[in-house]
Amino acid sequence: MTAPVLEITNLHKSFGKVEVLKGINLTMQSGDVVSLIGSSGSGKTTLLRCVNLLEDYEDGVVAVAGEQIGYTQRNGRRIRLKEKEIARQRAMTGMVFQHFNLFPHMSAIRNVMLGLIKTRKMRNDEAYATAEGWLDRVGMKDRKNHYPGQLSGGQQQRVAIARAIAMNPALMLFDEVTSALDPELISEVLAVVKDLAFDGMTMLLVTHEMQFAHDVSDTVVFMQDGRIGEEGPPDQLFHSPKSERLKAFLKSSKF
Amino acid sequence: MDYNFNFAAVWRDFDLLLSGLGLGLILAVVSIAIGCLIGLFLAFGMLSKKRPIRWAATVYVSAFRNTPILVLILFTFFALPELGIRLGKIESFIVTLAVYSGAYLTEVFRSGLVSLPSGLREAGLTIGLTESRTKILITIPVMFRRVLPALGNNFISLFKDTSLAAAIAVPELTFYARKINVETFRVIETWMVASLIYVLACSIIAAILRRIESRLSIPR
Ligand SMILES: Nc1ncnc2c1ncn2[C@@H]1O[C@H](COP(=O)(O)OP(=O)(O)OP(=O)(O)O)[C@@H](O)[C@H]1O
Ligand SMILES: [Mg+2]
Repeated sequence: MTAPVLEITNLHKSFGKVEVLKGINLTMQSGDVVSLIGSSGSGKTTLLRCVNLLEDYEDGVVAVAGEQIGYTQRNGRRIRLKEKEIARQRAMTGMVFQHFNLFPHMSAIRNVMLGLIKTRKMRNDEAYATAEGWLDRVGMKDRKNHYPGQLSGGQQQRVAIARAIAMNPALMLFDEVTSALDPELISEVLAVVKDLAFDGMTMLLVTHEMQFAHDVSDTVVFMQDGRIGEEGPPDQLFHSPKSERLKAFLKSSKF
Repeated sequence: MDYNFNFAAVWRDFDLLLSGLGLGLILAVVSIAIGCLIGLFLAFGMLSKKRPIRWAATVYVSAFRNTPILVLILFTFFALPELGIRLGKIESFIVTLAVYSGAYLTEVFRSGLVSLPSGLREAGLTIGLTESRTKILITIPVMFRRVLPALGNNFISLFKDTSLAAAIAVPELTFYARKINVETFRVIETWMVASLIYVLACSIIAAILRRIESRLSIPR
């Protein structure tokens, strides 16, 4: 028995007095593709950010490959891990952001190489070859020496995907990776994500692209006010939603 | 008014003026280098989550920005020895100028840091870098490029401030100009030449800084 790639148990998270996640449970096995959908403010981004501890969480457990992220129990008390440990854990997952967040002072290939060299401790030539391979995979090899400022949004996002996945993470997190893009650039990025999904990458993604979620996911999760409102296979969720809330949401997203 | 210009007297001691210029440049470079470290440190202090740290950084900046630089120079040189801290003229001046520029550079770096998108730091963290490595490899280099023009302006005004070192007899350009003035009585010529050297030096520095800026600028 291997541990699930992601196991979230009774996760609670508040910003100040406002509780944003109110007891989330979610399990993902290797190769699973799970999409989070739901209206704005329902907590999708926050859930994703708790998985790699960009946000601290107050209660419950987030475990990646059987290891609790961010905290340990000692004498029944919960203590935050040391900075170095957290950095190591963060590298178990890869994240792609809405606004790409490439390092603007580095060329595309340097962006991909940085983590390989500093975190994965690869030699320079090894990192270069790995980075080049992934840039090729996302169709960006011929632009490897371009700087982010010289690339279109769609191209930047594909480099950002290569940067995350080159680290060979157990789990990829995607947060609305196409919503900052012009409509004509969306499909090139979705194609890359789809390609990775069909290749067996385990991924948890937040998206407003319902057709895409339908096509790519094993499970779709509908978030509603910090809770999981409904979850199931895409056909079930999209074609026979149970709750009125989900029906209304799907209608408003023109699915 | 008829005045017979005679530059020969000033000319004779031109090498002194040039050596003064050289020392002024060294003072400015060393001070701004130390000032950058102070400024970087305090800029992160200003943005710290811990209140006492923020408070300490703020006190530093407002204390040194609101004291005239000449007063600071005189204080360091004359008052500190009374308190048991003895420094040579040049060391004393460098300390003053570094501390003073540190206060200005704190503001420069702080505004540079807050202008960065927060996603930059987060992207560093998600590839497994620690907070401090993210700072060294990503946030500081990007911020530094953004504030380079402001840094250059600070350097030029700091270089001009080195003329105040004459007040404690540090042998830089203004000090020698005054010496030549007193010895030759060629008042107009001396100060004309000194001013010209400052103008020329600052223009050359500005040109060099622009070169560095475009060399380091992020391609887009
Ligand atoms: N840093 C923060 N400080 C305070 N409140 C926050 C913070 N980040 C998010 N929130 C709040 O938490 C709630 C959930 O936000 P979250 O960003 O997770 O929603 P979302 O489902 O991703 O929405 P969207 O579809 O708009 O991206 C919202 O009410 C939001 O205002
Ligand atoms: Mg969101």
